[in-house]
Amino acid sequence: MTTEPLAKPAVLVEGVGKTFDVGRGRSAGTVVALDDIQLSVATGEFVSLIGPSGCGKSTLLRLIADLDQPSVGDIRVFGKTARQARIDQDYGIAFQQAGLLPWRSVAANIELPLELHGIGREARQKRSAELLALVGLSDFADRFPDQLSGGMQQRVAIARSLAESPELLLMDEPFGALDEMTRERMQGELVRICGETGAAVVFVTHSIPEAVFLSDRVVVMSPRPGRIVGIVDVALGRTGDRDDDLREASTFFASVKAVREALHGIPAAAITGVETR
Amino acid sequence: MRARPGVRARSALLGVAGVALLALVWELYKAVGPATGVVVGGVTVLPRTSDLAMPHLVTMFARLGDPVISTPGSPMLWSAVVGAAGFTLGIAAVGWIVGVVVGFLLALVMQRFRTAESALLPWIVLSQTVPLIALAPLVAGIGSQVRFGEARWQDWMSVALIASYLAFFPVSIGALRGLESPDAAHVELMHTYSVGWWKTLIHLRLPASIPYLLPALRLAAASAVVGTVVAEVSIGLSGGVGRMMVEYASASSGNPGKPWAPIFGAIIIGLVSAGFVAVLGLALARYRRGEVNA
Ligand SMILES: Nc1ncnc2c1ncn2[C@@H]1O[C@H](COP(=O)(O)OP(=O)(O)OP(=O)(O)O)[C@@H](O)[C@H]1O
Ligand SMILES: [Mg+2]
Repeated sequence: MTTEPLAKPAVLVEGVGKTFDVGRGRSAGTVVALDDIQLSVATGEFVSLIGPSGCGKSTLLRLIADLDQPSVGDIRVFGKTARQARIDQDYGIAFQQAGLLPWRSVAANIELPLELHGIGREARQKRSAELLALVGLSDFADRFPDQLSGGMQQRVAIARSLAESPELLLMDEPFGALDEMTRERMQGELVRICGETGAAVVFVTHSIPEAVFLSDRVVVMSPRPGRIVGIVDVALGRTGDRDDDLREASTFFASVKAVREALHGIPAAAITGVETR
Repeated sequence: MRARPGVRARSALLGVAGVALLALVWELYKAVGPATGVVVGGVTVLPRTSDLAMPHLVTMFARLGDPVISTPGSPMLWSAVVGAAGFTLGIAAVGWIVGVVVGFLLALVMQRFRTAESALLPWIVLSQTVPLIALAPLVAGIGSQVRFGEARWQDWMSVALIASYLAFFPVSIGALRGLESPDAAHVELMHTYSVGWWKTLIHLRLPASIPYLLPALRLAAASAVVGTVVAEVSIGLSGGVGRMMVEYASASSGNPGKPWAPIFGAIIIGLVSAGFVAVLGLALARYRRGEVNA
């Protein structure tokens, strides 16, 4: 991958570890959620985090989002501290639960971050109309979240995360609660949106095909303690150019196989296309 | 969560049926029950059915259309009752508003500062164990020594204060629960937008608190009305239905319908205050939408 020497990576995670204190009194102890994580995400790059439950994917994402602080190590977002990046609103975030405010209409939910940051009404309406068109929900602007299906709610949440045109998107299993068909359609839409906006993405998922279909690189993690065990380069071309035909391509299956083998702990050196750090 | 028209009509019908049933039971027992009441082991478990103890419903309503006393120029009983109900309702409303404001401010302080919650909450709960009857004369006694320049502390203010003392409790508890009701995910979302406590309050905690606040406001209204009526009796403030109940009950041996008139007044007050909160709930309907399930 060619990187301009001056361009700051979207995310730079260096030697990050995170331990949680759990329990009280006699049962007190610590859980090592993350251990010595090294990761760099270039601008415009789509990186997925995959690994068994409890390997620290969400924790890593929360550290990048400054929702929690690392115990050791350093995190830079566009060269700034994670805290500064949050204050500067450099990223948009979407979780597994859509997390829409039930008393706000769809449009008002998308406009929430804009409203909170003092953007005028007209500019807000213009932006939410754009985003609604982007996620294909223009007819639902005045509906309320409880009148939408789960997939529609998730699309609204993604539109909301894009509201301030962030250069970095953080997504924690945003399609986790969706059925397979909706999920594939949403993946297609996400690929298209990323192509249009050029944002870098850190995407947490449990699904190997999903990770491969979406990503430039798939980061494979293992639990207890959470470590990166392999990084699979997916040679499927630019994220924005992918479409559903790709799911049938042999290169797709090769990458799926590489990720699966990394997940199941085959020594990294034996896997082609896997770069370990 | 919002009732559809059909459901609403049904519940209105059931309400009417309930009142009719109550009236039926009253008249039925009066017709067949023993004149001396039902006494088990020296304890009266069911009341006497004499016309004095249990007048016919017709007697009660008919009495409303007669003058209060037989001297000429006396107003109709119903208009006296409506006047008294208005007087009591006014005081209860003042007490309700004061109670709601105080209760809500307490909830805000408790939500903002953890330590305030652990310091205040036990006192708030404890405050409600002080018996109202004991409190009323005390408040009036202390109040009588208070002056603001020319203005003096009035007895009705003592009554309103006691009403607010009862009303603030459900509001402070309900509002605190409501303000703390948003999911961690929503609170974290506001954090990722790097907005402070105030904006989080306005855009998240306040709207989220409304489903908890409305039942608290309804309870506070009921408490304020009860508090007002009891305090009127206890302090001896005339003009409202509380005092009227005592007066009519003691001076009406040959007048069985009359003591029931102020009770109808109290019912009117209850309906008006409950109706007011219901209208408030309709105005805030958008904040009572079901939770989102993604
Ligand atoms: N707030 C916390 N307090 C204590 N332990 C925590 C906390 N958050 C996470 N952990 C622990 O850290 C580890 C990693 O959790 P994390 O949620 O990051 O896993 P995950 O990879 O996202 O799992 P999943 O795929 O199930 O979402 C787990 O062992 C979890 O128990
Ligand atoms: Mg997780």
